[in-house]
Amino acid sequence: MNDKPIEKITTKIWRETPETDNPFAAADCYCCGYDVYGDLLKNASYIDYLYLLFRQVPPTPEQSALLEGLAIALTNPGPRDHSVRAAMSAGVGGSTHASALIAALTVGAGNLGGAREVFHAMAYWQQCQNRLADWQQLITNPPQLEREDVWPPMEHAPGFDPNGVSCPTPVKKTLAHLVEVGKTANLIWLHQHRLELEGFAGCPLAFSGVAAAALYDLEFLPEEAEMVFLLLRLPGAAIHSLEQEKLGWRKYPFFADGFKLNS
Amino acid sequence: MPVHSKLETFEDNWRTSMGGWFPGEKVVLRGRDVLHELKNNSWMEYLLFATTGKESPKIARLMEGMWVICTSFPDPRIWNNRVSALAGTARSTGALAAAASVAVTEATIYGLKPIKGATDFLYRADKRLNDGENLEQIIQSELKQFRSVYGYGRPIVSGDERVEPMMEFARSIDCGEGRFIKLAFAVAEYLSNSRLKYQINIAAVCAGLLADEGLKPMDFYHMATLAFTAGAMPCFIDALNQQEGCFFPLRTSRLNYIGGEKVKHWRV
Repeated sequence: MNDKPIEKITTKIWRETPETDNPFAAADCYCCGYDVYGDLLKNASYIDYLYLLFRQVPPTPEQSALLEGLAIALTNPGPRDHSVRAAMSAGVGGSTHASALIAALTVGAGNLGGAREVFHAMAYWQQCQNRLADWQQLITNPPQLEREDVWPPMEHAPGFDPNGVSCPTPVKKTLAHLVEVGKTANLIWLHQHRLELEGFAGCPLAFSGVAAAALYDLEFLPEEAEMVFLLLRLPGAAIHSLEQEKLGWRKYPFFADGFKLNS
Repeated sequence: MPVHSKLETFEDNWRTSMGGWFPGEKVVLRGRDVLHELKNNSWMEYLLFATTGKESPKIARLMEGMWVICTSFPDPRIWNNRVSALAGTARSTGALAAAASVAVTEATIYGLKPIKGATDFLYRADKRLNDGENLEQIIQSELKQFRSVYGYGRPIVSGDERVEPMMEFARSIDCGEGRFIKLAFAVAEYLSNSRLKYQINIAAVCAGLLADEGLKPMDFYHMATLAFTAGAMPCFIDALNQQEGCFFPLRTSRLNYIGGEKVKHWRV
């Protein structure tokens, strides 16, 4: 008789009761105390459930509206975005659909416009909050890599677009909308001080910067913000990949003349 | 029209010395004709040249030994391999399994972070020794700053069964006597006698051996990225060949719920 304790998965998020005829199937599932299939399914919106999963408490109406606004703004970065291009590159070659999303996650994970940039920007918010002098100091003297990491070091101020010229209209419209529906302190402050911050960074605010401010106001941790940013941008990658799969590689740029090998 | 964006310069203009494909004609890698000049290379020699620009059958052979001895345990309990086993039991594809396992291998307690981190540590320690510090100062400052030293200590067990076979293999091809591998073992000597009792793990051994061959942390990282696939793929195949869904199934009572017991009701 083996009297070793049974190994279990420890969780404060999810509880299940078994079906009477099958201990491997759940009859009731509770997420943070809420009956998922008896209550949330009928009564919660998708965005409320998403917030509940990440924060383990239900959102206020303002928090829900803020996350929903962010989700709509991020859900399709458009077919020129690096992560969507990665998904379409899977599509045109007839790769598996999962590979298209893996491609989008991989490319959309990075320091430039991706989830790691949001992670870093969240750290800036934690450190500087709404103290303009602190932002100036941190952007001017960014933290240095202390020992080698698998991530490349940041090459620009996180939350800003080093290749931008002025803040793009969709970013400004998203920021204004999130300020209006969320009414949260740091988004309002970002809206008021965007031009000064862009001056420190030497480049315009990006979606990653708006997302970081919104998620900071929603009290997400940097790693939670990184994850949810990855999730929220996938729908566009999925559908553009499927569109290009149908159209095929002949109708997709190959950059036949743009590639130049130095001799 | 004035140029507004620095990106305009790069439109339809990607310049590279790395290589490319000339359809129907040739393939070039780092200035070499792949189909004619490199066709007799082993795959590991080709990978080494592709990732580092180095042409060295000796380093390629050393790396190949590392891949066999150190990185591809076909055990589905190991977390990166477990992903492939789960992919198999859930009837996903082999390429998706391998891709996920490779990505997961970029871990903190094993895999790519220790590999890169151990190489970085040895280079930094070597520089500080040359600058006049002693080994104890260097290790203590590393522990104080990071609370760990990449390449030392190990989850599950403290000792590492790979160290001796790896060193034996290295010596068989005239490696294993350089200053970095000696430094790796000198650090091990200090740490195993310290309060922490950390023993050397294979990441520090491989880092030392490869640093002695001139590989930098990024070189080792890039080379090691695919090294774990020979452990993941058999786990996928094994699970695929068994009954679907049967890889370590979990009954509901295997969830140890530690949240509040009270059932809440969603506001409508």
